[in-house]
Amino acid sequence: MESKMSHMDNSRRKLIVENAAFFIFRLLSGVIVTVLFIILAFIIIKGINVVNWDFLTTYPTDGMKAGGIYPAIVGTFCLMAGSAVFAFPLGIMSGIYMHEYASNGRLIKFIRMMTNNLSGIPSIVFGLFGMSLFVNYLGFGDSIIAGSLTLGLLALPLVIRTTEEALKAIPDSYREGSLALGATKLQTIRKVILPMAMPNIITGLILALGRVSGETAPILFTCAAYYLPQLPDSIFDQCMALPYHLYVLATSGTDMERQIPIAYGTALVLIVIVFIINIMANAMRNYFQNKLKTN
Amino acid sequence: MRKIVERIAAGIITCSGFLTSIVILLIVVFLFSEGLGLFSSKTIEEGYSLVVNKANPVEELDARQIKEIFDEDITEWKDVGGTGGKIRLLRFDDMESLFSRERLGENYEHAEACLDSLIKADAGIIAFIPDSYASKLENGRMLDGHEISVGEVLGGNEWFPTATPAPQFGFVPLILGTIWVTVFAIIFALPFGLSVSIYMSEVASVRTCKMLRPIIELLNGIPSVVYGFFGLTVIVPILQDVFGLPVGESGLAGALVLAIMALPTIITVSQDAMQNCPRAMREASLALGASRWQTIYKVVMPYSVSGITSAVVLGIGRAFGETMAVLMVTGNAAVIPLSITDPLRTIPATIAAELGEAPAGGPHYQSLFLLGVVLFFITLIINTSVEYISSRNK
Repeated sequence: MESKMSHMDNSRRKLIVENAAFFIFRLLSGVIVTVLFIILAFIIIKGINVVNWDFLTTYPTDGMKAGGIYPAIVGTFCLMAGSAVFAFPLGIMSGIYMHEYASNGRLIKFIRMMTNNLSGIPSIVFGLFGMSLFVNYLGFGDSIIAGSLTLGLLALPLVIRTTEEALKAIPDSYREGSLALGATKLQTIRKVILPMAMPNIITGLILALGRVSGETAPILFTCAAYYLPQLPDSIFDQCMALPYHLYVLATSGTDMERQIPIAYGTALVLIVIVFIINIMANAMRNYFQNKLKTN
Repeated sequence: MRKIVERIAAGIITCSGFLTSIVILLIVVFLFSEGLGLFSSKTIEEGYSLVVNKANPVEELDARQIKEIFDEDITEWKDVGGTGGKIRLLRFDDMESLFSRERLGENYEHAEACLDSLIKADAGIIAFIPDSYASKLENGRMLDGHEISVGEVLGGNEWFPTATPAPQFGFVPLILGTIWVTVFAIIFALPFGLSVSIYMSEVASVRTCKMLRPIIELLNGIPSVVYGFFGLTVIVPILQDVFGLPVGESGLAGALVLAIMALPTIITVSQDAMQNCPRAMREASLALGASRWQTIYKVVMPYSVSGITSAVVLGIGRAFGETMAVLMVTGNAAVIPLSITDPLRTIPATIAAELGEAPAGGPHYQSLFLLGVVLFFITLIINTSVEYISSRNK
C-alpha cells in the first residue's frame, strides 16, 4: 500500500515538474514573440505617419530635418544590384565547384571551413578590408563599386552555401542519366542540374540580397554619403543608403525632435524592404516546390 | 572544340572554388599590412621631439609616462627616474605667449635661440617641439624616441588615440568592453534561446512551430541598425529611468540589444541539434516510464550537447562582432568597465566610430586596422571551435 502511495506521489511530482518546465518554455517563447511584436509595432506605429508618397520620392531638405529619403532608397537598390552582379555568378560557380567538381575530400573540407569562416567574420572587418583594398589600394575611392564589392564579399558565403545545398538535393541518378546519354559534365550541369537547382538557388540569392540591404558597417568607409544633392551618375560616385541614413539621423544632428520621426520612417521603409524580400523568397520556394510536385 | 570549352569551364569553376580562401588570405594580408605599421611609428607625434635640459639624467620616457607628464598627473622628475625637481611643461604653441613677436622674429627665425634660453634657464623643463628645432639646441638634449611596442598596445589600459603629444593605444579597455557585453548578452539570451528551441523541437505542436519559425526568421532579418535605433529610442530611456543612471547608454543596453540579436542564431542551431536526436532514443526513454521532461533533460539534451554548445559559441561570435547596434547604445566610453550599467566601448564600435576621422596612414588609422586584426582572429578562433565541436559530434 505504502509503496503504491509513494509511486503515485512520484508520478504526480513528475507531472508537476514537467508542467512547470513546459510552462516556463511556453512563457519564455511567448516573451520572444512579444519582443518581436513590440519592436515591429513601435517602428510601424511611429513610422507610418511619416511615410507617404512624397517621403519616398523627394530629397531630404533643411539639413535632413525635413523632406524625403528618395536618394537613400535609390542608393540601397544600387548597392543591392551591384553586390548581386558580383557575388551571384562567383558564388554559384564556387558552389558548383564544391559539389560537382571537387573530388578531394580534404580539399572540400578545407574550402568549406574557409567559407564558414568568411561568413563568421564581423561586417566591420569587411568594411576595413574594403576600405584598404577597393577604396585605397585599387583607387576606387568612396564609390558604389567599392561598396558593392565589399557587400558582395559579405554575401558570398551565403550564396555558396545555398548553391551547395540546392545541388545536394538533386539525386545522383539525374547526373548519371545525363552522362550516360553522352552529355559532357558541363552540359549536364548546364542543362540538367542547374535548371533543377535554380529555384532553391534563387531563394538563397534573394535572402542574400535581404542581408545586403540592411548592412551598415561595410559601407561606412567604402561608399555611404551623409547627404547628396543628386543621384549618383556612375558606379564611381558615392551614394546614400537607407541603413546609413538611419544611423546618421539617430545619432548625429542638431534637431533630434524633428529628426527622429524621419528616422522612424526610414526604419519602417528599411524593414518593409527586408520583409518583402523575405516573403518573396519564401513564396518562390513554395511556388517551385508545388510546381515540382505537380510535374 | 567541345573538350576545350569543357576544360576552360572546369578551370574557371575551379578558380572560383578557391575564392573564399583567397578572400580570407587577402583580408589577413591587407589588415596586417595596414595595421603593423603601428609598431614602427614613434610614441610621440610624427615630426616632433621631446627635449630636456642637458643636465637632466632621464634618457627616455614611455608613452604612458609622457601622457601623464603632459596631463600633469606626474609633476616630479623623480617619479620617472630623474633626480628630483618639478617638471615644467613647454609646448611649442606656448612660445607666442612667452615671447614677443619681435623676439621670435617675423618667421620664427629667432625661435631657436628663445627655446635654447628657456631650456637653459630651467633644469626641470620638458619641451614638445618640432624636430627641426629640437636637433639644433645647444643646451637641450632630445629624449630617445622609441617605437610603440606590442606590449604597450595589447597590454595598455588606456585608449586615447588623439592625445598629444603621446597618443595611447591600449587595447585592454576595448577588448574587456567587448567581452563584457558579449558575456552579459549570452547570459540574457541563453535561457530564452534554450527554452524556445526546446519548446519548438519537443513541446510545441507542428502548427505552433510553423508560426514560430517565420517569427525567428524575421528577428534574424531585421537589420542591426534598426535594432540599434530601437535600443536607442526605447531601451536606453527605460534603463535610464529604472536604474536612475546619468546616461542610459550603457553596457546593459548593449547586452540587451545583443541578446535579442543573438537569439535567432542560438535558437535555430540548437533546435536543429535537438531534432537530430533519434526517435528511438526518445521512445526508449518514454517506454521506461520517464516523463517527457525527464526525457528532454536526461536524453535529448545530453545527446545534443555539442550542437547546443556550437549554438552558444555561434551566438557569442555574432555578439562579439556586432557593430552598429552596439555603437548606438553603449555610450562609447573607452574605459575599463567596472559595472554593467557603465558606458563602455567595444572593438567593432571603436573602428566604426573612429576610422572616419583618423588620418589615413597615421598611427591612429593603423591602430584601428590592428583592432580589426584582433577582431578577425578572435572570430576565427570562435568559428574554428564551432567547426571542431560539430565535427566531434559526427
